Amino acid sequence: MKYPSQSVALPYFVGALVIFSLQLVFGLVGATMYVAPNLISPDLLPFSVVRMIHTNALIVWLLLGFFGSAYFLIPEEAERDIWSPMLAKVQFWLFFAAAVVAVVGYLFGNYDGRSYLEQPIYIKVGIVIVALMFLLNISMTVLNGRKTVITGILLMGLWGVAIFFLFAFYVPANVVIDKMFWWWVVHLWVEGVWELVMASILAFMLIKLTGVDREVVEKWLYVIIGTALFSGILGTGHHYYWIGAPAYWQWIGTIFSAVEPLPFFAMVLFAFAMVWKGRRDHPNHAALLWSLGCAVTAFFGAGVLGFLHTLAPINYYTHGTQVTAAHGHLAFYGAYAMVNLAMITYAMPPLLGRAPYNQNLNILSFWTMTTGVGLMSAALTFAGVLQTHLERVMGQDYMDVQQQLGLFYWIRLGGGVLAALGLVMFLVAVLVPGRRAIPAGAAFAPAE
Amino acid sequence: MERLTTAAARNIFYGGSFFFFVVFALLVANSYMQARVMEQTNPISAEAERGKRIWEKKACFDCHTLFGEGARFAPELGRVWFKYGGDRDPAATEDTFKAWFAAQPTGTEGRHQMPQLHLSDADVHDMAVFLRWVAHVDTQNWPPHAPK
Repeated sequence: MKYPSQSVALPYFVGALVIFSLQLVFGLVGATMYVAPNLISPDLLPFSVVRMIHTNALIVWLLLGFFGSAYFLIPEEAERDIWSPMLAKVQFWLFFAAAVVAVVGYLFGNYDGRSYLEQPIYIKVGIVIVALMFLLNISMTVLNGRKTVITGILLMGLWGVAIFFLFAFYVPANVVIDKMFWWWVVHLWVEGVWELVMASILAFMLIKLTGVDREVVEKWLYVIIGTALFSGILGTGHHYYWIGAPAYWQWIGTIFSAVEPLPFFAMVLFAFAMVWKGRRDHPNHAALLWSLGCAVTAFFGAGVLGFLHTLAPINYYTHGTQVTAAHGHLAFYGAYAMVNLAMITYAMPPLLGRAPYNQNLNILSFWTMTTGVGLMSAALTFAGVLQTHLERVMGQDYMDVQQQLGLFYWIRLGGGVLAALGLVMFLVAVLVPGRRAIPAGAAFAPAE
Repeated sequence: MERLTTAAARNIFYGGSFFFFVVFALLVANSYMQARVMEQTNPISAEAERGKRIWEKKACFDCHTLFGEGARFAPELGRVWFKYGGDRDPAATEDTFKAWFAAQPTGTEGRHQMPQLHLSDADVHDMAVFLRWVAHVDTQNWPPHAPK
């Protein structure tokens, strides 16, 4: 660790892993409700509450990971300490407390909003305050230090995250308009500004892990985020097909979202090209595996599974089936969970002042978790295709079709258990470093 | 890749993103206007608005889909008003909804369970008016096989 203030990233990474664990616990409960619906009384714990904790926990831990990643990488890029480490610490505890209050509130029926945005209004205001503290802190750090392409794009992405979140406060009575702008938060996050955050974190790690020239990485980065936004912004149209918006979105959404796999494909090419070009053999092999795995899994989850149902004539039949859930799981895992797990794997040893540790267990956790989520998405894809045929093509009743999908929901639960097992391995691999401490910086010299 | 300079890549990125965002915003503005025009033939009453608030406060979307969006644990509700004959006998459909809400959870073996939402008669009425409103939105003929 070059700069002492990078250590503020530590609570963010640990907090992210705590909330990630919470997400998986509620994911397993939800998956169990699909196969054993009479096990838990819906008056005690309805599926809706399980799902909102599952999805909200996902978003919260990914954001915690992004915050931590920004605090870890910006000092190295800007070549100066964080503007206010104290503000960063306060920000963490405020955000973490808001998340805990929200989750406990959900269990007692205290929610209000739209999907993913169920937080009561005071929590939403709290999120904005936290975001402002964060943006002030990192922007001041970057402005006072060396400006790189990586920090520029990261900052643009993170400002975008905050700006588009403001549409969470706009809840018009007209459902059509409501849905249109709800996607300004959801789609412009995950198929827009989050891709900027992901690409810049990945670029930072590839420079560090492969020792490749910054100039090469920067050009790639612009090409990747360029294709991401050129396709992704108008690609929002693929959510406007059947919500009461005009028919022209079917053309716009189809054409532009068909190009959306391109940035993810470019990220795969980029990541592997950097590894081939780079001459550096960084001792943290697990971090490199997560970085490459992130690019590849994001391509399959976001790119391939997304393309599978993005064309309007196909989406007419698949829309609102388990195909969407299959895509959602692998895309979120590949693009955003894995980039955070890569960063955590990379940053934990320097944060703890050690050489990379528990590499084999970490690598095993990578394969276990990725197989688990892959299995889950495969099962949901089969369930979704079957559901599409029976319900949307043949016209059978929703519940009658659900009764026929039991096998796939069991396999999905199995995939979830495997993913949870992978997470346990990951937690041990990064949070139990063992006793043998090595002085910081002794075993690996930072690139550049 | 070789001939493209970093500065050129950057300019293409900023220029292109700005251009596509402007196009997107203009199209959304047009769609917004059309959605407002729709309110003239399908007006949003105070009841429908209250019904939507119940939909949000009870997190109905965290089990059901509406126009295909939400969770897939329970049926799509965009056309449920027609499914129970709302266009033929609105009062009877409202009674059906009332009985439906009151019967939850059914505890039927092997069926996904819906919680008891403790809705008053007025709440159920607002909910019914809301579901009537959404049933009349032009969703480009989605979903296939929907009751009309």
